[in-house]
Amino acid sequence: MRAVHQITMPRALHPGAWWLWALGLAAAASRTTNPVPLLLIIAVTAYVVAARRTDDPWSRAYAAFLKLALLIIVIRIVLQGLLSSSSQGETVLFTLPELPLPDCLAGIKLGGEVTAEAVLAATYSGLQLGTILCCVGAANSLASARRLLAHLPGALYEAGVACVVALTFAPQLVADAARTRQAHRLRGHRPGTLSGLRRTALPVLEGALDRSIELAAAMDSRGYGRTTDADRGSRRRTGLLVGAGLLGIGVGGYGMLDGGAEQWRGLPTLMLGAAVAGAGLAVGGRRTGRTRYRPEPWALPELLVVASGLLAAVAMFVTAANDPALVTMVDPLAVPDVPWLVVAGIVIAIAPAWVAPPPKGASG
Amino acid sequence: MIRFDRMGVRYADATTPALAEVTADIDEGELALVIGRTGAGKSTLLRTINGLVPHFSGGTLVGSVRVDGRDTREHRPRDLADVVGFVGQDPQAGFVTDRVEDELAYGMESLGLPGQTMRKRVEETLDLLGLADLRRRALATLSGGQRQRVAIGSVLVTHPRVLVLDEPTSALDPLAAEEVLATLQRLVHDLGLTVVIAEHRLERVVQYADSVLWLPGDGEPLVTGPPAQVMEVTPVAPPVVELGRWAGWSPLPLSIRDARRVAGPLRQRLSSLAPSDEPADASATGAQPLVRVENLVIRYGGEPALRDVDLETHSGAVVALMGRNGAGKSTLLATIAGLLAPTSGRVVVDGVMPADTPPRELVRKVGLVPQEPSDLLYADTVGAECADADRDAESEPGTCHALLERLAPGVPLDRHPRDLSEGQRLSLVLAIVLTSRPAQLLLDEPTRGLDYAAKRSLVGALKALAADGHAVALATHDVELVAELADRVVVLADGEVVADGPTAEVIGASPAFAPQVAKVLGPGRWLTVAAVREAAGAAS
Repeated sequence: MRAVHQITMPRALHPGAWWLWALGLAAAASRTTNPVPLLLIIAVTAYVVAARRTDDPWSRAYAAFLKLALLIIVIRIVLQGLLSSSSQGETVLFTLPELPLPDCLAGIKLGGEVTAEAVLAATYSGLQLGTILCCVGAANSLASARRLLAHLPGALYEAGVACVVALTFAPQLVADAARTRQAHRLRGHRPGTLSGLRRTALPVLEGALDRSIELAAAMDSRGYGRTTDADRGSRRRTGLLVGAGLLGIGVGGYGMLDGGAEQWRGLPTLMLGAAVAGAGLAVGGRRTGRTRYRPEPWALPELLVVASGLLAAVAMFVTAANDPALVTMVDPLAVPDVPWLVVAGIVIAIAPAWVAPPPKGASG
Repeated sequence: MIRFDRMGVRYADATTPALAEVTADIDEGELALVIGRTGAGKSTLLRTINGLVPHFSGGTLVGSVRVDGRDTREHRPRDLADVVGFVGQDPQAGFVTDRVEDELAYGMESLGLPGQTMRKRVEETLDLLGLADLRRRALATLSGGQRQRVAIGSVLVTHPRVLVLDEPTSALDPLAAEEVLATLQRLVHDLGLTVVIAEHRLERVVQYADSVLWLPGDGEPLVTGPPAQVMEVTPVAPPVVELGRWAGWSPLPLSIRDARRVAGPLRQRLSSLAPSDEPADASATGAQPLVRVENLVIRYGGEPALRDVDLETHSGAVVALMGRNGAGKSTLLATIAGLLAPTSGRVVVDGVMPADTPPRELVRKVGLVPQEPSDLLYADTVGAECADADRDAESEPGTCHALLERLAPGVPLDRHPRDLSEGQRLSLVLAIVLTSRPAQLLLDEPTRGLDYAAKRSLVGALKALAADGHAVALATHDVELVAELADRVVVLADGEVVADGPTAEVIGASPAFAPQVAKVLGPGRWLTVAAVREAAGAAS
């Protein structure tokens, strides 16, 4: 057996595998509001991240995403509490002072009775969104989005570079803004005023512009674009094919995950979209003369990781199709069911904590 | 290797050419140093070597620049990527990826080199630049010197014949600068690489140079020649050269070693004299301190940035904070200026706690010129900035402009702050900060990017402010500035104060922080050429 197939041999797992695994769990989360599988998914992602993350700065992304998820749940509950109506249930928890609204806003109610049903329903749907976010956060801390972008097919290379640049600039903009706000304090301005905003925005944007020019000069000096001089026509054909294909994938994917009556239409659209996009990438990929440094291998551990994530999704989809009541909380007050098949699928998705190779240290 | 033939550059909207009639040859395996005032066209000259001027910047190029036989007019920068490696002023701004190893490979990927070649060259470059331990590190976590070496490595992998660097050491502390310069020196000697550097900090690089290209500016023609010969006539010179010129040493020594070998008689003569301007130590006289920092601890998250720091400043005295990048100098200044609240300990500025004082009130007590002075600027013209500063400080209209006139005479009021030279911009920010008449003035790395002339006027201005009764504290890597200006030096390391005392005592015998004059004449109390000249003049 070659070394790349060994699950104990330290190396970085292909970022695509981590993202597919996380997407499988996210897809599973998108089909349920049952808190049991949702909390289980969060636990699984947290465990795998703790077991297999590196000590790079972006590996701390998971904690940030987890905090964001909690924030979303809280916001969801607060909004639901403010806007709840009695149609959502009869179990009144407490009554808030109601704010009279003008007639044109009939149908909207601010304050008033807050029911347990409304609060629980909000908790569950907030938890669902939060779980999906945790999956994205796990993918981000296990394989930075940049590393994934490096694997874009040649035809999408320019778009990938643009994304990478944007990813670098966002944190720098935040740092610049903080610095400029400090500078205003130094001039004796109170922070937070409107004129302060203008005074912050201008230097920050100027700085960003300067830096992008500097980066463009550096990239040009290092040979960027030297080997990809394709004619305009082929570039346009590629763009058209890839664009149409991605649209197909998007529509098809929505159809599949939507779970509505016309679910069967999703799959063919998805397949067709994938085919068209693939053709576009193949056409466009031919014109680039770039090579790739140390292409990451796709071997047994990658397959195992992806399979474990997909199994969780499949278990969820099968259960949702056969017995929807198990995964959707029709009555929020009921004690949630434990859908055994789904639970088994999600538990399998913890496998990457062992089957993914351990990461190499950042130094060494 | 590089041939400029009657080359001139004029940018699109400029009235005068940025460069004119440049004729010079840089031979293979030479380390060429480009010097001159800010705005004399150093960056433009460097950028013509790989065709960024005019292909990237616009403007027109007359005459010709040939690199390894290729005319830059017909070759775009990307077509020269395998001949010229270019490292810009801010290496961080030129990084495309986020890991050391990937950054090294990026250029080769663009050129479409086969995988095996890339693997081999990355390993070779890691070894050549001593980056092997950092190969998997994220670029954001590197120190300034490491970052600069990665930037050099990232252009070396395409095996260029020429390496061009724009101010490679200006943002680095003295030791990190040595590290980068030693690397360059090795590339020139071991690989026969041709290296072209622009640098203001002559004291750091002139000894390594094989030839000097001096751009006098103002339409004067370029002067080229061996360093010792060009340094005889330039108005800008490092202290060791100034000392040599004054003492009449010939040939003019450029390095500490050469100067020390001829300085024996001078050392003898000075041994019986003492520097006349030995500063009075204000803390010894028991005067009331203006700023008092006691047991200050600052933590951002994990490791404390400062631990148990004590510091006092006194009216009329200049304190210099020195130490490596990341030692906590900027954090200490930011805390005194009220930008950070102490985690524990106390900071008192003229009777108030800076972090709890409203900004409007605080600016009358303490003013900080930050590392990027232009952060403080946002108006369209110098005049508008001055008017705003007057309004903010509720002082008489014209106060700020009068201060600016004193610091940098003749800055046009209708000019956009971005179009000023580094020195003029620093003067403008200094004038804005001084408009509210703070008793304590703080400056963070004020000489970054300043040429010798601008530095000299800054020294004059700060001395005058201290004589006026301001307390001045500055964080800096510039040992020559400290030698000329500071009464007291505080050295920080790893967030702690490791030395605090009179300038001559702290930096006079330090291998890293001693100024050139002290290294030539020391160990001892001689720190500046001016002090030596004065004492010798008084004795004879």
